Amino acid sequence: MKTLSKVYNFLVFVFLYAPIVVMIVYSFNGIKSRSVFSGFSLQWYQELFRDSVIMKSLYTSLLIAIIAAVVSTVIGTLAAVGINASKGLAKKAYLAVNSIPMVNPEIVTAVSMMILFVFIITRINMFEMGFGTLLAAHITFCIPYVVLEVLPKIRGMDSNIYNAALDLGCPPAKAFLKVVVPEIKPGIVTGFIMAFTLSLDDFIISYFNSGSSVQTLSVTIFSMTKKPYSPKINALSTLLFAAVLIPLIIINLKQDKGMQKKKKERKQG
Amino acid sequence: MNKLSAKTRITLTAPFTVWMAVFVVVPIGLVLFYALTDASGSFTLQNLSSIWAYRKTYVLSLELAFVATVLCLLLAYPLAYSISKMKARRQQTMVLLVMLPMWMNFLIRTYAWMTILEDTGLINTFLKSFLSLFGFQFQGFSMINTNGAIILGMVYNFLPYMILPIYTVLTKIDGSVIEAAKDLGADGFNIFTRVILPQSVPGIISGITMVFVPAVSTFIISKLLGGGMTFLIGDIIENYFLGNTGEVNYNVGAALSLVLMVLILISMGIMNRFDGEKDPKGGAPV
Repeated sequence: MKTLSKVYNFLVFVFLYAPIVVMIVYSFNGIKSRSVFSGFSLQWYQELFRDSVIMKSLYTSLLIAIIAAVVSTVIGTLAAVGINASKGLAKKAYLAVNSIPMVNPEIVTAVSMMILFVFIITRINMFEMGFGTLLAAHITFCIPYVVLEVLPKIRGMDSNIYNAALDLGCPPAKAFLKVVVPEIKPGIVTGFIMAFTLSLDDFIISYFNSGSSVQTLSVTIFSMTKKPYSPKINALSTLLFAAVLIPLIIINLKQDKGMQKKKKERKQG
Repeated sequence: MNKLSAKTRITLTAPFTVWMAVFVVVPIGLVLFYALTDASGSFTLQNLSSIWAYRKTYVLSLELAFVATVLCLLLAYPLAYSISKMKARRQQTMVLLVMLPMWMNFLIRTYAWMTILEDTGLINTFLKSFLSLFGFQFQGFSMINTNGAIILGMVYNFLPYMILPIYTVLTKIDGSVIEAAKDLGADGFNIFTRVILPQSVPGIISGITMVFVPAVSTFIISKLLGGGMTFLIGDIIENYFLGNTGEVNYNVGAALSLVLMVLILISMGIMNRFDGEKDPKGGAPV
């Protein structure tokens, strides 16, 4: 039974990682083929960095992800504090609205915002589909995740600390920044990271709301999949994967070291 | 923190309220408005009735998503179960391994399957050269551009969404309940079907929703792995809004989105009924 479950687990992981391994291996292919491997080469990486469209869309994606994460974290954190303090119907209404973008299929969220932008543009011709609409759409789908990350942290917080700060003469805004924020910081950080990665990885929302002038990386990748095969796409995905994997490994190793240190200290103490 | 004055509460939530009203509530209202009006803005039911033409597409989307969801559940449960039985440190690593592929761009992962499944792709190339060693002439399977390939794409992309919630629920089951069942003479099968499985229902349900909703509304997987031959409801909606292969018509597109939204709400309503049907005394339904 034990070996059976080990074999099973192994097979599921093979399924999960097979395409990733294939992508990585073929990024080093010497020829432009996705079935025959011939010779190790880095030419697709060189071509990747020379491709101005890809580099520009990578920049756009990062910029959007950073701004969207910052704005949604601020709006979401403030909202979570307010929602936690409200009661009854108001609280239910806040939470219901917050869950709409999470429950709705992404394509419906995407087209509903697209309709909004087009509706406004056709009436007041003051802006175009582009960076602004893309950013607004990203902030919108990030906010609910921040709210849901921060909310449990505030619920678990001892409200007396905040009241104590007020009693000692601290103005509310300062008390919020100096007392509340440090208490709920883990939730804020997780919310920020989630918003950043969701925004960076998003395709569907960007596809409908970016117009023709601006492209995120996902949209560029999508247009590449429609063109004749180029191993550049493999090189790009390998680099993206490494960008995720390396920090993760470092964090894990650090945690390991920290745990060993603690164990040692405990033994010595 | 829960004794803030009404003024403070409203000030804190004001940016959220305004933002969500403008970018979530109003757009949903606009979908409804567009679905029920024609190009000139006057009321009509024609958009909704024209959807009848796409009934087969809706059925196909629901079918493929349903099969993919069932496959995900069958694949995920044993894995989630065996991870939950491992040592704490190993559990962490395994969960990380499950999550890691999700951090690679969704399009790229799906695209990689094209490489594997194509007529001249890795599986066929391998089989051809392998069988020719024995003197067989092998034509190769046609795997890409089939409904099977689309289901595979769905299962592949959404499998982690099924594994993680089931795993979380399984780790929360109180070990002493299982011990009690053992002491009372239950065998392995009975412990599983009457103690563990009923307690993991909430995880299964959130897994099913997290797989079914994106699967039923996808348009990428069908495009990449269906070769543009199979149209799912997501593809039709995309076409009406962006007009890549047909006319742009926001009104029909909005009506299609509205029906999709309602279908998903109904499916989720049915799912949640299962969650609520627990024995009030806390025992498992027999």
